Parts: sequence; structure tokens; C-alpha cells
Amino acid sequence: MAENKPRIKLPKEAGKGEIVQIKTLITHPMESGQRKDADGKPIPRKIINRFVCEFNGKPVFEADLETAISANPYIEFFAKVEDEGTFTFTWVDDDNVVTTAQEHIALKA
Amino acid sequence: MQTFTRRQSLALAAALAAGAALPRAALADTKAEAAELIKRFADGKEPMKSTVTLDLPEIAENGNTVPLSVKVASPMTAQSYVTDLLIVADGNPNAKTAALKFSPLSGKAEASLRIRLAQTQTVTALAKMNDGSVYMDQKVVKVTIGGCGG
Repeated sequence: MAENKPRIKLPKEAGKGEIVQIKTLITHPMESGQRKDADGKPIPRKIINRFVCEFNGKPVFEADLETAISANPYIEFFAKVEDEGTFTFTWVDDDNVVTTAQEHIALKA
Repeated sequence: MQTFTRRQSLALAAALAAGAALPRAALADTKAEAAELIKRFADGKEPMKSTVTLDLPEIAENGNTVPLSVKVASPMTAQSYVTDLLIVADGNPNAKTAALKFSPLSGKAEASLRIRLAQTQTVTALAKMNDGSVYMDQKVVKVTIGGCGG
């Protein structure tokens, strides 16, 4: 499984002022630090701990995630679209590995 | 077939009681942690049980992935909007589950996640508004197969 591979689902266009639903998914084991390996040694914690969504540079939605978030974190939220522009999505894990994705949205004529 | 003496029966009962006490002690620790997180988030305000709707299944078949949805009835305008939302689970190894931040650009103060629940427990969602008021909702989730990886 490719680690840190993001998938985003949101409409390609919206009416001005329309609220759109955004679904995000990223592959990541979200190792909680609770599991033990075959020798009984604890497997160290390694999770995505932060998710940020911005639109044209302004924050829309953020999440600080803890070990209780399931593997392959699924995050669904909403955004009000006033202009056309670009959504940027950022995931940061415990080792400060950053994954980003972008989606453009147009305004319906 | 050996019959137990009264002394042996009492010793056996004491051992069973001592064994049974251990898991309950672990659960109690996380309850205190959850209460502390809630208290700190509410920052002196008494959370009102309204406005927030926390959706979770009554019974979670698989504690490794439990669908959670939370929504806050708020106009999400610059005058009145949800700033923060805290999710706390009082029976997990770590009580803190997620801390969400919204803005008027969110349009709706609603989000869905998938969480791990180690055992049957109470999940609490608290929402803070831009005027500092705090609202909450709670759900008890029965967990048939725990999901924290042990």
C-alpha cells in the first residue's frame, strides 16, 4: 500500500455562496503505539496528527488528530464557496512528513 | 473431587476480586483524563447539552473503525460561528480523540471521521462558539471487538 496517498472528492464547480461537501482520504497506518510486535515489543506511535484545508490561502477547516483516529484517516467536512479558486489540503505526521493536494473549483455561470 | 475449606474459598474469592479490580482501575484513569480535557476546553463555562449532535452507532461491530459524525447548529457567519470542537472518549488509552477548528468559510460546522474505540465507553463532543459559549453532546457506544490493537 502506498503510504500517504491522498484522495479528495469535491464538486468541480459551485454556485456563488454554495456550501459544498468535501471528502478526504489518505493512506496511513496510524500506528497508535498500543500494538506490540511478534517479540512483544511495543510498535512505536506514528500517526498523521494534523490536517488543514485552505481556500485561496484562507483556513476553511483544521483537525488535530490523535491515536484514536482509524488507519487511513477519512475526514469529511464542508466549505462555503464565494469565489472560484483552489483548495489546498495538507496532512502532517509525527515525523513532520508533509503531504499536500490541491483541487480547483469554478463558479457556475 | 476435592472440597474447598472455608479458608480456601475466601482466598479464592479475594484473588478473583483483586484480579477483577485491575481493568476497572485502568478505565477510571481515562475517565478522569476525559473530565479534565472537558473542563479545560470549557474554560469555566458550563457546557450546555444542546446545539451539538453527535452521531455514533449504538453498537460498534469493529472498534478499529467506528464512523463518527458531528454537527453544530450554527449560522456560521462572522457574527456567530463555531471556532473549536473537541472529541473525547473516556475508555480509550488516550481520552483525546480529535480537536477540530472551523471558520465562517466552513459554511457548516459539520464533520465526519472514523475513530477507534477500545471498549464500550462514552464519547463526548464539545463545541465552542466565537462568543465563548460551550455546547455538548454525548453518546455511549457498545463495542463488541475493541480496536486499539492489543
